[in-house]
Amino acid sequence: MRNSKLVTLEEAIKRSGLQNGMTISFHHHFRGGDKVVNMVVDKLAEMGFKDLKLAASSLSDVHAPLIDHIKNGVITGISTSGLRGALADAISHGLLKEPVVFRSHGGRGSAIANGELKIDVAFLGASSADELGNACGYSRSENAKSICGSLGYALPDARYAKHVVVITDDLVEYPNMPMSISAADVESVVVVDSVGDSSKIAAGAIRDSKNPRDILLAKQAAKVIINSGLFVDGFSIQTGTGGASLAAVKYIREEMINRGIKASFALGGITAHMVKLHEEGLIGKLIDVQSFDKVAAESIKNDPSHQEVSAVEYASGQHLGSATHALDIVILSALEVDTDFNVNVLVGSDGIIRGAIGGHQDTAADSALSIIVCPLLRGRIPCVVPHVTTLITPGKSVDVVVTEYGIAVNPARPEIAEKLKAAGLNIVDIKQLAAKASSIIGTPDPLPFGDKVVGIVMNRDGSVLDKIHNIVE
Amino acid sequence: MKEAVAGTLESGDIMVTIGPGEGLQVDLQSSVAAQFGRQIKAVITETLEGLGIKDAHVEAVDKGALDCTIRARVTAAAVRATGKDVWKD
Amino acid sequence: MFVPGNNPGMMADAHIYGPDSIMLDLEDSVTMAEKDAARLLVHNALKTIDYGKTEMVVRINPLNTPYGKKDVEAVVKAGVDVIRMPKTETAEEVRELEAEILKVEQEIGRVGETKIMAAIESALGIVNAYAIATASPRMMGIALGAEDYSANLKTNRTPGGAELLLAREQIVVAARAAGICCFDTVYSNLDDMETFRKEVELIKTLGFDGKSIINPRQIEVVNSVFTPTEKEITKARAVVAAIKEAQAKGSGVIAVNGKMVDRPVVLRAERTIALAVAAGVISEEEAL
Repeated sequence: MRNSKLVTLEEAIKRSGLQNGMTISFHHHFRGGDKVVNMVVDKLAEMGFKDLKLAASSLSDVHAPLIDHIKNGVITGISTSGLRGALADAISHGLLKEPVVFRSHGGRGSAIANGELKIDVAFLGASSADELGNACGYSRSENAKSICGSLGYALPDARYAKHVVVITDDLVEYPNMPMSISAADVESVVVVDSVGDSSKIAAGAIRDSKNPRDILLAKQAAKVIINSGLFVDGFSIQTGTGGASLAAVKYIREEMINRGIKASFALGGITAHMVKLHEEGLIGKLIDVQSFDKVAAESIKNDPSHQEVSAVEYASGQHLGSATHALDIVILSALEVDTDFNVNVLVGSDGIIRGAIGGHQDTAADSALSIIVCPLLRGRIPCVVPHVTTLITPGKSVDVVVTEYGIAVNPARPEIAEKLKAAGLNIVDIKQLAAKASSIIGTPDPLPFGDKVVGIVMNRDGSVLDKIHNIVE
Repeated sequence: MKEAVAGTLESGDIMVTIGPGEGLQVDLQSSVAAQFGRQIKAVITETLEGLGIKDAHVEAVDKGALDCTIRARVTAAAVRATGKDVWKD
Repeated sequence: MFVPGNNPGMMADAHIYGPDSIMLDLEDSVTMAEKDAARLLVHNALKTIDYGKTEMVVRINPLNTPYGKKDVEAVVKAGVDVIRMPKTETAEEVRELEAEILKVEQEIGRVGETKIMAAIESALGIVNAYAIATASPRMMGIALGAEDYSANLKTNRTPGGAELLLAREQIVVAARAAGICCFDTVYSNLDDMETFRKEVELIKTLGFDGKSIINPRQIEVVNSVFTPTEKEITKARAVVAAIKEAQAKGSGVIAVNGKMVDRPVVLRAERTIALAVAAGVISEEEAL
């Protein structure tokens, strides 16, 4: 077609004016099935680029090949919401000279919007695109090869990056509308065999957990919500994808039906569970920044009440219109919670990075009621501790902690504690939980941290919240 | 003393292999080595000393076992290795 | 709730799910090669882990195996609440176990603290149920082990449980005549909660005090069947109140809602209230 932006990846890179030292960005909507980051960085290495800064919305196990690119000086800086697997382990042991900058999803959105995080070239995978660059996280054609649903974490990049390259595995006829990424923001379109393996976006997240501990935690979390005073017609909710969170939705649903209560919206992080409740008429709208499974991805494609939002519209702390500000209840998990209710979701108790901030800081801060669900112990690892290894979400944002040994309520929310006690729930002092944990497993020795800062945890407002040091072994 | 094993590699357990040695030497593999390695080794040596064993080589693969489990597994391995039971007949 | 005695991961926190009683098993769920190790795991777990208010039971191996006596020593020294003796057939066996227990208790200075529960798993055991139930003041309950029992009868288990009719009734009758508790056998199909619930309802009607389970997921079903409903509690309290009033006035026969209230009705009402208090649905003060 006339004015087509279709080029090869190599041409797109040349056209972008990318130079050593510049910042490239990616989204993580294909999660464990992502192919775009590795494909693009491999090509950049091949073309001889060095000293590039990689601004991903998140990175996971599948991005281990970046280790070699870091060793070869192709990538010398990373910002992300999270790190996992071999890459995280290597960085925790000091692989990167510059510390990794960790931001929440809302924080990254804000930083891109206000110019703190400047992106030179964004490489955005999409399941369909036309030759002018209108792109979606799904395809309406018969040749659809992949699907990821919402492109919420790609939208700020598309809007604010200097140069945008859309990479798709299904080139469709113009106009690919309605679109998520607008052609007006796109400079180049590249077609490849595959942008992502959609079967990997939800690794077993959909099945109901049969684990008795998850079920116990889920029932307790559901009871907290039901008796919180916020469980009224029109309430709104967000949950994570852990076994306990998903199971909690099941018990909440039962009570919604019993009482004839409907939710006005669910936010997130949308799963098949939420889609089911929406289709049953129990949830009015679905506000989706990331589709966690194929069911959610198909739903966003077909259902006008299932709305895609950008990271900024989802959770920016600097934009008061972001959806988290309207959110009543959020269920979150944690690696550690301390006796001041501070939460760590990023660094393991062995000091190795192994998680992601995600929307934790944002939803905990802006929601009316934030509930952390975590077991007291994971094997011999305590989850309720005197001090978190790394501070991710400050205690003042955290209202309730649910463990299988009891429920702790932040002293700043006495009205919640009263309601839960009156409902017969086992409310305990969080210090008792920490003491119980250490009475069972003993007191851990201090971790062998070194002097090198390998990670900086940013607060939503752009200030530094905590630093992560390397582990010496 | 002959070589003997007790325990499994299941979560919450510790696999203890005990054999002849000089003094008490403990080689430990554990996912919580940084936080609890020292304590796990201490429980192992204390348990052996309590059984009157001063010379042994112990290899332990820990999967997050609590102290009471470590004591049980070390004792079981020691009993199997020496043939001396801790219970009467 | 049964927990295999060779699984330290499960033994560490079985109590968080709220079973009334945990039964650590040294018998059928532990292979011969691991009996020694399991005994040590159970001993150390009982000594160290804080199981809260959960009643702790250990199913030992029979005394006529190489393991039984050591099992008794190990668990009594660890302070177990109840020893469950498997495959009990005669009162004599109970007295033998009692003697073993006493020996160890005397050694550690805690005489009389260990109770016994007898599992009856054969035809002979059923025939001797009352004798077994009354064989020792330590006997707190008798239970049915249906797997071995039905094999002993030369038949197999069926969902309806026809093969267990006599055994179940006999155990309840013997227990009540002896003034002790009675427990029904396990149901192993975790995927069929509906049939499980029907079985629990049946054995509750038969008069059993409780049921053995094998997984935390079964706890809620048993509790919900055995916990009196609000309606039942209200009725029971009305009966008890009426009786108190009648006693105060010195009158004999009374009626509640047009129905005559005689002794069996009162006893049933008192049991309902006791169950409600035990389930935590009403407090002890409210029960008075």
